[in-house]
Amino acid sequence: MVDHAQQLADRVWHRYDRKERLIRYAVLLGTLMLVFWAVRDIDIFWPWVWDAPNQMSNLGARMWPPSAAGLSNILNALLETVHIATLATFLTIFLALPVAYIAAQNTTPNRACLWLGRFILVSSRSVNTIIWALLFVAIFGPGVLAGILAIVFRSIGFIGKLMGEAIEEIDRRPVEAMEATGASKAKVVAYAIVPQVMPAFFAIVILRWDINIRESTVLGLVGAGGIGVILQGAIDTFAWPTVATILIAIIILVLIGEAITSLLRSKVL
Amino acid sequence: MLEITNLVKRYGHNEAVLKGLDLKVEDNSVVSIVGASGAGKSTMLRCINRLVEPTSGSIKLNGTELVNVKGAELRRARRKIGMVFQGFNLLDRLTVMENVLAGRLGYVNLYQAISRRYPQADIERAFTLMERVGIAHYANKRADELSGGERQRVGVVRALMQEPDLLLADEPTASLDPRTSEQIMILLQSLASELSLPVLINIHNVAQAKTYTERIVGLRHGKMIFDGVPADFNKDALDAIYGGIEAPDDAITEQPDARVEEPRHDAV
Repeated sequence: MVDHAQQLADRVWHRYDRKERLIRYAVLLGTLMLVFWAVRDIDIFWPWVWDAPNQMSNLGARMWPPSAAGLSNILNALLETVHIATLATFLTIFLALPVAYIAAQNTTPNRACLWLGRFILVSSRSVNTIIWALLFVAIFGPGVLAGILAIVFRSIGFIGKLMGEAIEEIDRRPVEAMEATGASKAKVVAYAIVPQVMPAFFAIVILRWDINIRESTVLGLVGAGGIGVILQGAIDTFAWPTVATILIAIIILVLIGEAITSLLRSKVL
Repeated sequence: MLEITNLVKRYGHNEAVLKGLDLKVEDNSVVSIVGASGAGKSTMLRCINRLVEPTSGSIKLNGTELVNVKGAELRRARRKIGMVFQGFNLLDRLTVMENVLAGRLGYVNLYQAISRRYPQADIERAFTLMERVGIAHYANKRADELSGGERQRVGVVRALMQEPDLLLADEPTASLDPRTSEQIMILLQSLASELSLPVLINIHNVAQAKTYTERIVGLRHGKMIFDGVPADFNKDALDAIYGGIEAPDDAITEQPDARVEEPRHDAV
């Protein structure tokens, strides 16, 4: 008995053995060195960093109080921003769904279509909205059209990829049942696949609309329409009180968008 | 009449699942197909409506060869073959009525299908059949709100909506509790005689097979090793079909509680 108790007391336990501990310290050291290297290499002008609090209070003072002068202008621009997001999301649906269909393994007609679909999705997603906007401003000139197309081209990848995944996750058994009734491919899709991906579809589109509102607020910085255009103008002319109003307006818009989307989402899910 | 001759099915380069099966089913007879898991029951049924492509052999329904038909012709052949599934395979998010009318998809055009504008005759037929099996009051309920037995009734009515010349039932009772599964077997039996419809039922439950069907076909390793009336299905036949195979117990006992899965068929 005593012997046994002795044995118990002597048992040791370590979460990590010596080798594992060494590896963990090495990883930690490596990470710190990476951070140090990055900070040294990017050439920060430190006096400006130390001066930042000063500058902040200075800027704040110049912005306060926000100017209500161009308010109707700002509200119009906000509305345009929302329109860009809505139109772009709506257009995207028609372009992204066929891509999702051919990019889903279980519905794609053949290998070539699968890779074409995936290529479209990857290239759409790997280019940022602002970069798309620069491209379309160069092609169509500055304005709302360039902004809408920029958001469409970025959203195709988002909605297409998530819808493709939703299609791949469906229960196959209803599909089998519909095939057994002698239904054509289109009818099988309409009855066995569409109802199964409907909830995902609404959730994804609402989410993307929300993201698109936020993205369309910055499109104006490259001349692609929306609130960003007057924001850029106000900054360029040092009209700081107007800048403050615009920033507040953007925050309120995003909050409203957030509220609407979470309401809609609770309705569909 | 269904005539299967020398049916062979092989998945890839593996050993054949069906090794030259011959089966003749006269009109309005209810045939049960028994056999251990992996014996090829499910594959045989799915070869008939071509959810699984047969490797070789011939399947004739009322004189029409089914093995080599393609495209629109295949779909026309399929709509004359109703199928009832183990997992019901309903369209869960749609209403019971939509599920039932889906049995007409082979007959209506795409616009009618998508807009749910089915011919009045189809709707009448749907209500008549739903009343016959006692689910008419669920017409506007979502299919996933129903109980297992009710869901399988929806599955049966959907198959009958096709005005089939043949009904296939792939373990229609294996997902149901004992009493409900008896009810479904009785339903299949009486519908078959009412509509003078030949029915092929894959079943694990030998007791039910003997009670509710008039002919039993036993499969083992893709070959038919028993074919006769329930009265002739004795201990020897049972041993021949299930003997030496692991876990035959739930197949022989009154009610199988375990759902024994057939190998997955990755149909095209």
